Amino acid sequence: MKSLRGQSLLSLEDLSREAIVEILDTAETFVEVNQRTIKKVPALKGRVVASLFFEESTRTRLSFETAAKRLSADVLSLAMASSSVKKGESLRDTIATVDALGIDAVVMRHHSSGAALQVSRYVPHVRVINGGDGQHQHPTQGLLDAFTVRQIVAEREGTRGPESGAELFQGLKILIVGDLRHSRVARSDVNAYVTLGAQVRVAAPGTLLPDDLSSWPVTVADNFEEALAWADVVGLLRLQQERGTGSYVPTLHEFTATHGLTIERAQRLNPATIIMHPGPINRGVEIDSRVVDRPSTAIDRQVTNGVPIRMAVLYLSVAGTGETI
Amino acid sequence: MSPLLLRQGLVVGTSSTRVADVLVDGGVIREIAERVAAPAGTTVMDVEGCWVGPGLVDLHAHLREPGREEAETIDSAARAAAIGGYSAVVAMPNTEPALDNAALVAYVLARGATTPIDVAVAGAITQGRRGELLAPMAEMAALGVRLFTDDGMGVQNPSVMRRALTYAKPLGVRLAQHCEDEALAAGGVMNEGALSSRLGLAGRPALSEEIMVMRDLELVRLTGCPLHFLHLSTARSLALVIAARREGLPVTCEVAPHHFTLDEGALSDFDPNFKVHPPLRATRDVEALRVALARGDVDAVATDHAPHAPELKDLPFDEAPAGMLGLEHAASLTYEALGVGEADPITFFSLLSRGPARIAQLRAQDERVRHGAHGAAMLEGEDANLVVFDPAQRWTVSRDSLQSRAVNTPYNHRAMTGRVRTLIAKGSLVVDEGRLT
Amino acid sequence: MEHEGEVRARDGGLTFVAKSQLLSGDDVARALKRMAHEIVERNHDSTALSLIGLQTGGVPFAERLASLLGDVAGERPALGLLDVSFYRDDLTLNPVPASSRTTIDHDLTGRTVVVVDDVLFTGRTIRAALNALSDWGRPGSVQLAVMIDRGHRELPIRPDFVGKNLPTSRDEAILATLDGVWIGAKGRPE
Repeated sequence: MKSLRGQSLLSLEDLSREAIVEILDTAETFVEVNQRTIKKVPALKGRVVASLFFEESTRTRLSFETAAKRLSADVLSLAMASSSVKKGESLRDTIATVDALGIDAVVMRHHSSGAALQVSRYVPHVRVINGGDGQHQHPTQGLLDAFTVRQIVAEREGTRGPESGAELFQGLKILIVGDLRHSRVARSDVNAYVTLGAQVRVAAPGTLLPDDLSSWPVTVADNFEEALAWADVVGLLRLQQERGTGSYVPTLHEFTATHGLTIERAQRLNPATIIMHPGPINRGVEIDSRVVDRPSTAIDRQVTNGVPIRMAVLYLSVAGTGETI
Repeated sequence: MSPLLLRQGLVVGTSSTRVADVLVDGGVIREIAERVAAPAGTTVMDVEGCWVGPGLVDLHAHLREPGREEAETIDSAARAAAIGGYSAVVAMPNTEPALDNAALVAYVLARGATTPIDVAVAGAITQGRRGELLAPMAEMAALGVRLFTDDGMGVQNPSVMRRALTYAKPLGVRLAQHCEDEALAAGGVMNEGALSSRLGLAGRPALSEEIMVMRDLELVRLTGCPLHFLHLSTARSLALVIAARREGLPVTCEVAPHHFTLDEGALSDFDPNFKVHPPLRATRDVEALRVALARGDVDAVATDHAPHAPELKDLPFDEAPAGMLGLEHAASLTYEALGVGEADPITFFSLLSRGPARIAQLRAQDERVRHGAHGAAMLEGEDANLVVFDPAQRWTVSRDSLQSRAVNTPYNHRAMTGRVRTLIAKGSLVVDEGRLT
Repeated sequence: MEHEGEVRARDGGLTFVAKSQLLSGDDVARALKRMAHEIVERNHDSTALSLIGLQTGGVPFAERLASLLGDVAGERPALGLLDVSFYRDDLTLNPVPASSRTTIDHDLTGRTVVVVDDVLFTGRTIRAALNALSDWGRPGSVQLAVMIDRGHRELPIRPDFVGKNLPTSRDEAILATLDGVWIGAKGRPE
């Protein structure tokens, strides 16, 4: 896809570099909107965005709904996780019900890989924004991570992100650590970073790597300590105990010992190394509490950037489509 | 049925073919000759260019009755089978409840008897297909059951499988295994590999199938009981079974059309219509299956026809049930796999009729209780379960015009070459010009 | 579509193809100088003045006017840049425009705002700008300065300060820069 304009956002896999840069640049203008006293523009006035969270995630839902509201869209928030819609309800029935309310877009989080793509087949006239599907993709997280990296590197170089396009990513060394097997964030991050031109390495206990990495444009770091020294950016992943990570590593303590960002490892890091985590953090597991609070961590920025990125995605995807008002 | 004369088709025997007229009368092949004079009142069909051979036999069909009549009934499945050219199907026992006793087997046989084709039954190996206690195989065998399987799930416990083989051997029946080690498959929903890792779907490794093939080959070696391997899907599984058969072990195997026509790439869009167990495999496996088919290394093509109600295939991919329709397009897909215009008709009927009839013990020489004979050698005097296959006919699959109650075909809108034109089963003309009579 | 600079961004491959030059760079400079005087005449307190240039075509004119006003009134007025893309009512008719920056660093409440754009056409950009400005407070008054007024208004909007009135036909296009003004057509470059 060369541009997100008028399209659904299901995965970052098929987004071109120019499409990703366009989203990042658009998000940059929304950063400014979010700094205004009145943080709202009428771009999606009269449009209806449904937020369908089959799996609860207060952070992501709030971030999306805030984004939609700042674009003046009407938001239908359906907390599917707590309703009767549980396992066994046909996705087609659920989306048909919501579609009958008259929606332009749906933001969807689901515990099954591919659910957003399936839904987009059932309602081709609705823009579907994947807010995380199973272990497949979490496109807006990948975009906001790339956005955050570009923002920080641009500031250091005394330039602005949009002026750099994807230039700041050329040769940038990014290390992704942790539960890659179960992580939709990792899949989207890798797509975003690699498409933009960065080099990506991954580090994890063998059991937390995907079964077959040949479809991933990454290399596996055999030595975690060396990889940490190599990296400009260290992206930590949440250890997904709810997805049964427990049986993939002997103990959390052992995971921390082999692949956690402990205070000792953090002290050896180049102070400029950017530390990221998509949250929610298991403090003391993936990362030591004291490292979370270091100035070089970008974790707060990632949260802040969630809104402008999601505004950009909704704006590009939804504006300029549909009936004339 | 009035006498029927099939004029100038290619009559496909067990080792040779010839263009001839075939006269069917009184439920048997009355005469095969270069020219047969039609007696008065004979219906004459010009079948020049078509293959005339034994009606097809499916070793592996899920008829869903009792228990899942919203997806399929014995009647609707029989009609789908007839359109697909089958004069006999073997009903799998994973119904609800499972076919694990004589009463349930008798029920299915009775319902099957009212359909235009022969419905044979495979009984369960274990009670409730739970893989723990042996089902009463002898009482089912007394009703004519010749195949036993827990299909849908392999018998996981090697000790139970050993016991089943030991128990079944003197009954003169054959066990059939769905080879997947569920512990190794670990809840996977597609083939394990680069694609599953990319899509974030849990994988079922090829090894989960192969390891059970290895185990069962050794159990056959130990017990001497014949075993049939259901829907083998990997190159390695097939190679293992072929080598064991050469060694003299009493083993046979089948492959399913979806495994030799589709690869895992079909899953890129998360369409649950492509979800099946064992899963669609890598391209190299598909290639290996096609090579084995053409070489005659495979004993049978079996459909694994698995209807599911539409709402179940609208579930998220990981929650949707596995399985796809097969009866109505298996013959065309097999013909295409053997090579359009190049396929050897003898191999075609060996895979789709004579091989499966032998495994299911449905031939004239098998001691069957109630069924007519299938898998004919195309000799005068044999039961007239016959099919006319037109290798030149082109058609397009449409889920809207299937005989099956379900619509979960992975081949919707696919253009096909070769189609069943006529089916004669149980002494009647069942399909004429591709339509049920 | 008011300013043709935007056309390029909007239509991707489409660009402005000039037919003839209507004003020279000197003509533009003279017109701007006159406009600066008119603005000062009408607004005696230049400290209460905020110039808001519309992205992207209005920006150089706003910057030039701000500097001219500094010369004329002795004090440079406050300058802000506004991108109205998110406020347009024709997003459904056109592909989504590429956005550029908005920088308004002060509250507009009570101030005299002069909106500056290159070409005034249908008036829809100005409507969007008026809508947007209300997000920065309640200005005492809002005035409009444009380099070129080419007619064909679709809304009840009229400029307060005009560099040059140019009657055009609807399908023509105007390119106005500090270096001159051209008439032409939208099209693909040769």
